[in-house]
Amino acid sequence: MLDLAESYVLLNRSGKTQRDLLRGRTLINLFFEDSTRTRTSFELAGKRLGADVLNMSVSTSSVNKGETLLDTAATLNAMHCDLLVVRHDQSGAPNLLAQKVDAAVINAGDGTHEHPTQALLDALTIRRRKGRLEGLVVAICGDVLHSRVARSNIHLLTTMGSRVRVIGPPTLIPAEAASLGVEVFHDMQAGLAGADIVMMLRLQRERMTRGLVPSAREFFRFYGLDADKLGFAKPDALVMHPGPMNRGVEIDSAVADDPARSVIKEQVEMGVAVRMAVLDTLARGPGNAG
Amino acid sequence: MPADLLIRDARLIDPATGHDSRGDLYVRDGVIADLGPGLGRPDGAEEIAAEGAILCPGLVDMRAALGEPGHEYRETIASAALAAAAGGITTLAALPDSDPAIDDPALVRLLRARGEETGSLTILPYGAVTRFCRGEELAELGLLGEAGAVAFTDGARAIAAARLMRLALSYARGFGKKIVQHPEDPSLALGGAATEGALATRLGLPGIPAAAEAILVARDIRLARLTAGAVHFAHVSTAEALALIRRAKEDGIAVTCDTAPPYFDLNETAIGEFRTYAKLSPPLRREEDRLAVAAALADGTIDAVASDHQPRDADDKRQPFALASPGGSGLATLLAVTLAQVHSGALGLMRALELLTIAPARLLGAEAGSLARGAPADLCLFHPDRAWQVEAGKLPGKAQNTPFDGRALEGTVLGTWKAGRRVFG
Repeated sequence: MLDLAESYVLLNRSGKTQRDLLRGRTLINLFFEDSTRTRTSFELAGKRLGADVLNMSVSTSSVNKGETLLDTAATLNAMHCDLLVVRHDQSGAPNLLAQKVDAAVINAGDGTHEHPTQALLDALTIRRRKGRLEGLVVAICGDVLHSRVARSNIHLLTTMGSRVRVIGPPTLIPAEAASLGVEVFHDMQAGLAGADIVMMLRLQRERMTRGLVPSAREFFRFYGLDADKLGFAKPDALVMHPGPMNRGVEIDSAVADDPARSVIKEQVEMGVAVRMAVLDTLARGPGNAG
Repeated sequence: MPADLLIRDARLIDPATGHDSRGDLYVRDGVIADLGPGLGRPDGAEEIAAEGAILCPGLVDMRAALGEPGHEYRETIASAALAAAAGGITTLAALPDSDPAIDDPALVRLLRARGEETGSLTILPYGAVTRFCRGEELAELGLLGEAGAVAFTDGARAIAAARLMRLALSYARGFGKKIVQHPEDPSLALGGAATEGALATRLGLPGIPAAAEAILVARDIRLARLTAGAVHFAHVSTAEALALIRRAKEDGIAVTCDTAPPYFDLNETAIGEFRTYAKLSPPLRREEDRLAVAAALADGTIDAVASDHQPRDADDKRQPFALASPGGSGLATLLAVTLAQVHSGALGLMRALELLTIAPARLLGAEAGSLARGAPADLCLFHPDRAWQVEAGKLPGKAQNTPFDGRALEGTVLGTWKAGRRVFG
């Protein structure tokens, strides 16, 4: 999948398109949760491959969320869409949808469970910069508890032979995190020592209202990435962030915008290529998938 | 009055007395008239050849939600009675957190009467501990008890405030009744959907720590000691809570508990990739906890096995996991899943049947669960080895939300009698 994505990076940069691959196919972006970035990325990926792309935003504020989900599934099934990209605020929602629709379902982030295409694009970004994934020390920092990005990255990177660490306050590290195959740290200095990759996670404001961290400034003091803390990592360590960033909460602008260290913009570019590779693979049908 | 009945050549097991022998059982005028080897055939009695199948007292299920009143789309008393009869259950204690809650003596009488109307199931209502089961002020426990409430509980809801629990234990003691607690600290369990640990972490599901159970059990044991009241913990699911209960019993504190089949037959892995039928409250636990629950059945720490029947309909369950309503149906599978412990060698047959009959009857102070001469002929005839497979959608009754879907079980109910009248088989 990464190799296929690599070929799409080159294609995209050359300005060429491959509009016949998904011609006549319908891709629906079904977003129960706002995400301009991911939705746009899938939209662009679909269009570059020639698919008809529709965006559906469904409010989850309605009284009965589950009913909405299954009603929507029934509606989409009747429309005979081929590819369904789903973002939902509940873990497992795409699994449920996949049982009810005929289309290929792509998880574009579900609750605190998984965000597979994000992990793929992160891996692609790392591999292009470092030439490999195996043996690299990757530190994932911040709100690991609520992060689907962290879970998918841990799954993918440990599978590919990276050494993954998670760093955060104990209240934001999930129970038995070590069972995921990672080393757990609560101190940035210790956790970042020798790291090749520093992957920051978004801290959502409501985490503070739930009392998991006392304040944004305290979080930034101990877990926010600034130039000083980045100094604990390897001199050529790269800084990543899935976006959108809370500048001054989990990451300092000086670090985020440092072209020598930050690959945050490159992650966005890789996102389109990875999603093209995913759509390409799925559209070739179950017989050719994987 | 049903016709007299002679069940011939059964393996008669009565856990109330420890009786276990091959023989006949004679029912006259709806009561057990005689039992023993080689009874002659009395005039006019209908004869059933048991062919060595086990005949035991009709099961006493000390914890089940009925759906009625208030959630008839999930289950009605009629459909629950059907499922109960198919499961060999002839007496059932109904949880009070219905809509309306059973917090008024008239509702207690109504439930008793509705049970009688079924002709197959005695319903023993629990009274609410607090008005509307809301956990704020005590309901009229005395009047509820007078109307026939067997004990008091707020059902699926824990009595959270320590002062309120103290009052309830203290006050109920004056009427000689137990307080039945859902042992889960609500603030620790808030928003949780699965047992906290590696599996919930991987699935990204909010966790409920096992400590939420142990903490409330520890607190309530201390309150039982303070008040000399009697506390009963429902559906105990963790090794830690069982250790606390075992210790409290050794200390002579009035504490008892039950569990339900999912907690000794399944572990957390049953939720697989978000299977909401396996979403229960308390959540399915780790394998170590399951083993501890199974061991506590045999060693006497657990006093009874209840179905913990919680009917749900498809819409309650076809949701993303964290939003799905917790609870599993359990009436039809109560006996066979408990027998799985017997087949595995973990539990003796006599003890297994005791946990399902006389033990819960005694806990509730109910006249049921024995084969005594003169007792109502509430009977369950079953083949202990005959196999069947649980299939959601094909279970008796309305509630199909079984956590045991696909499970192969040995132990088939052949017939159920209520006061001498055949109600199943």
